[in-house]
Amino acid sequence: MSPEPAAAPPPLLELRRVSKSFPGVAALEDVSLELRRGTVHGLIGENGAGKSTLMKIVAGVCAPDSGELRLAGRSVRLSSPRAALAHGIVMIHQELNLMPSMSVAENIWIRREPLNALRLVNHRELNRKTRALLDELTIDIDPATEVGVLPIALRQMVEIARALSYASQLLIMDEPTSALTERDAERLFAVIRELKARGVGIFYVTHRMEELAALADEISVLRDGRHVGTSRAGDLSRDALIRLMVGRELPALPAAATAIRGPAALRVRGLEVAGELHEVSFELHAGEILGVAGLVGSGRSELAAALFGLTRRTAGSIEVRGTEVTLDSPQAAIACGLGFVTEDRKDTGCFLGLSILENLEIAVLDRDFVRGGFVRATAAREACERMARLLRVKTPGLDERIENLSGGNQQKVLLGRWLLTRPGILILDEPTRGVDVAAKAEIHALIAQLAAEGTAVLMISSELPEILAMSHRIMVMRQGRVSGVLERAVADQVAIMELAAWTRA
Amino acid sequence: MDQGVEPAAPGKSAVRPHRLPPEAGILLVLLALALAFELLGWLLVGQSFLFNGQRLVVMILQVSVIGIIAIGVTQVIITGGIDLSSGSVVALTAMVAASFAQSSDALRAVYPTLTDLPVVVPVLAGLAVGAVAGLVNGSLIAATEIPPFIATLGVMVTARGFAKWYTRGQPVSMLTDAYAALGSGVVPVVIFLATALIFHVALRYTRYGKFTYAIGANREAARISGIRVGSHLVVVYTIAGVLSGLAGVLTSARAISGQAGMGLMYELDAIAAAVIGGASLSGGVGRISGTVIGTLILGVVTSGFTFLRIDAYYQEIVKGAIIVAAVIADQYRRRRRLTAT
Ligand SMILES: Nc1ncnc2c1ncn2[C@@H]1O[C@H](COP(=O)(O)OP(=O)(O)OP(=O)(O)O)[C@@H](O)[C@H]1O
Ligand SMILES: [Mg+2]
Repeated sequence: MSPEPAAAPPPLLELRRVSKSFPGVAALEDVSLELRRGTVHGLIGENGAGKSTLMKIVAGVCAPDSGELRLAGRSVRLSSPRAALAHGIVMIHQELNLMPSMSVAENIWIRREPLNALRLVNHRELNRKTRALLDELTIDIDPATEVGVLPIALRQMVEIARALSYASQLLIMDEPTSALTERDAERLFAVIRELKARGVGIFYVTHRMEELAALADEISVLRDGRHVGTSRAGDLSRDALIRLMVGRELPALPAAATAIRGPAALRVRGLEVAGELHEVSFELHAGEILGVAGLVGSGRSELAAALFGLTRRTAGSIEVRGTEVTLDSPQAAIACGLGFVTEDRKDTGCFLGLSILENLEIAVLDRDFVRGGFVRATAAREACERMARLLRVKTPGLDERIENLSGGNQQKVLLGRWLLTRPGILILDEPTRGVDVAAKAEIHALIAQLAAEGTAVLMISSELPEILAMSHRIMVMRQGRVSGVLERAVADQVAIMELAAWTRA
Repeated sequence: MDQGVEPAAPGKSAVRPHRLPPEAGILLVLLALALAFELLGWLLVGQSFLFNGQRLVVMILQVSVIGIIAIGVTQVIITGGIDLSSGSVVALTAMVAASFAQSSDALRAVYPTLTDLPVVVPVLAGLAVGAVAGLVNGSLIAATEIPPFIATLGVMVTARGFAKWYTRGQPVSMLTDAYAALGSGVVPVVIFLATALIFHVALRYTRYGKFTYAIGANREAARISGIRVGSHLVVVYTIAGVLSGLAGVLTSARAISGQAGMGLMYELDAIAAAVIGGASLSGGVGRISGTVIGTLILGVVTSGFTFLRIDAYYQEIVKGAIIVAAVIADQYRRRRRLTAT
């Protein structure tokens, strides 16, 4: 470390020997860190390493068991998020925390609505302030829109806008880009640089190494709740960081075997969903990974929903292994051998409040583990334990509630739920969202292996590197239509973005 | 047990705690209340509260009907719903069942040609009416997606109306001895406990139970996982209706008559029993064992106050406080869990 001048101002925030345990897990042990004004401090670590827990302590969401927080040199106790806000500390949580039935403007300014002379909410002013804020982020949403109808990426942007509205001195971002496309992420980065210039200190949690290279001044690594090192950005190579993070070498990405293009598992012709999809036609072959790229709102998730019988199609035909099928309900889709890992863990994935076991077994319960109405509990548990081990879900046991798992481990459980169905056709919507590099490599290897064994995989992803590395072919969508299909050999980021862009002269 | 899962990293599994079943807390409340009445009994009236077999039987008898309803209501609450219609359904089923249970001595029988029928006829009639009411609840909720609160509120008002209309407000009396026997002695207690056992098993060990919890925990995820959410809800509400019907049969058998005013506010007592027992109105959480204890708590409070010869007003005040305390405890538990996400 470089020698500091003697009278250096105290860092914006100093964490001293912070520890925190939950029943069965020591989430943090003796973590000490510093965040300086006007810098971005990147925080990385495997799923469950304790990143979110540490950030929640800084944001007053949970209290440390021991240790000290010093803000600008003074020891503070943050007993609630409100107390943290009063100190200018704002956190953007890993999972979204918006009220779906309220408008964008109401969500952003909650508790701080501008009032008129009669002390009633001044909606004109409210919308004006929101407009200004959204413009700063170059987000094009009407402030009066109900949050519930927005796609997840835009909700994430709303969440970011809300955090910015606090004009804080310390901003925490817990995987803010995991739901964003590269373009939206770029806008966010511009804002971050701007905030940095204004002297705001930022903790930035991510699993995407490229982002750290672009943004961070310092990078700290957590492993199993311990702080294993901090370095200046650029001092350590990507591989060195990953080694620090996982404590072992990563499996190299299996060079996806060139598709043994089997018979068409899924053939879609002229699929229409009113207002969402138009004339979508494509084929998906057994053993093939078809990547689906596109901007947010391009109809990728809508396509998945239509295939899985969640929305009613107005025209078009779907054939599964050569036979025309209706697929008008999830049951029908599952019966045809389809599986679907949705993009939004919290809203449509996890059964919060239930155990990992109950979350894993649910989709196969009826088919595999029920006899005469009764659940064969031992058989179900054995199968789920095997799956949890295969996916390396990190937990003290399957009876743990799923909300106690870190985000990445929740994602593994959801993937496990569908792998248990042994699907012939697997639809994955952002399968590695919020998953750490090591687990991501594992999941990628698993997907590749599934394909090699003959599963047809439709993989929607906003991460172009993931799409490019994994897919045999890439289908690009734009405004509810297929704008092109690229063979792996000719696909690159530029070609994809060209097909995906809204405006093409 | 846990060895199947990847062993947690070194140093991480050390703090494995001992977890008590969620019922432990309310069981303690039940015992504390019983002991408090025991103590007050010796101080105020010079008698034991607990060591009086007859009083204990009466105590459980009083709440058996509520308990049976609460078992159905618990399942509805686990799905994230609510059933306000139970009390009115009790009245309607009591009327219908009683009308098929009249003896030939009855002067103005509802069905003069259908008297002295075997006891199964009124029982099945009562259960069938309950099933229909539940079916209406469930179908409204599943098909139109109106909130359960509104759907069952409508059925609550309508069923009470039907109960009055059925005999133009006249009570149905002079019931057969065989029918009256259903409500006497410990029969209702036995039926209550047997029902509890059946649904305890159903919720914990069957597909029906697993799906019920899953729907309450996350309806959309349940749908995507291939659960027929609509038809499952119809089943759950129908079961709740049948149990209300059973409660109606027992109520009329015990009173040896059917009256349109029966079962007033029973739905609230049943919801209270479920909530005291740990069921969460936000869905996904609740157990029959908890509901049984919740029912017993209501029973202890009711008979405890009667035993101490204290005015019924106080009884209601305390009951209300217990319900609110139970919900606060539930919120607190949930908040502690949610800091995890
Ligand atoms: N409320 C809780 N109860 C029990 N265990 C918890 C709770 N909150 C977190 N944990 C555990 O603490 C550990 C650290 O979790 P944390 O969410 O901080 O991980 P993370 O580094 O943010 O992971 P990810 O990258 O997956 O988001 C995990 O093992 C998790 O299961
Ligand atoms: Mg996290």
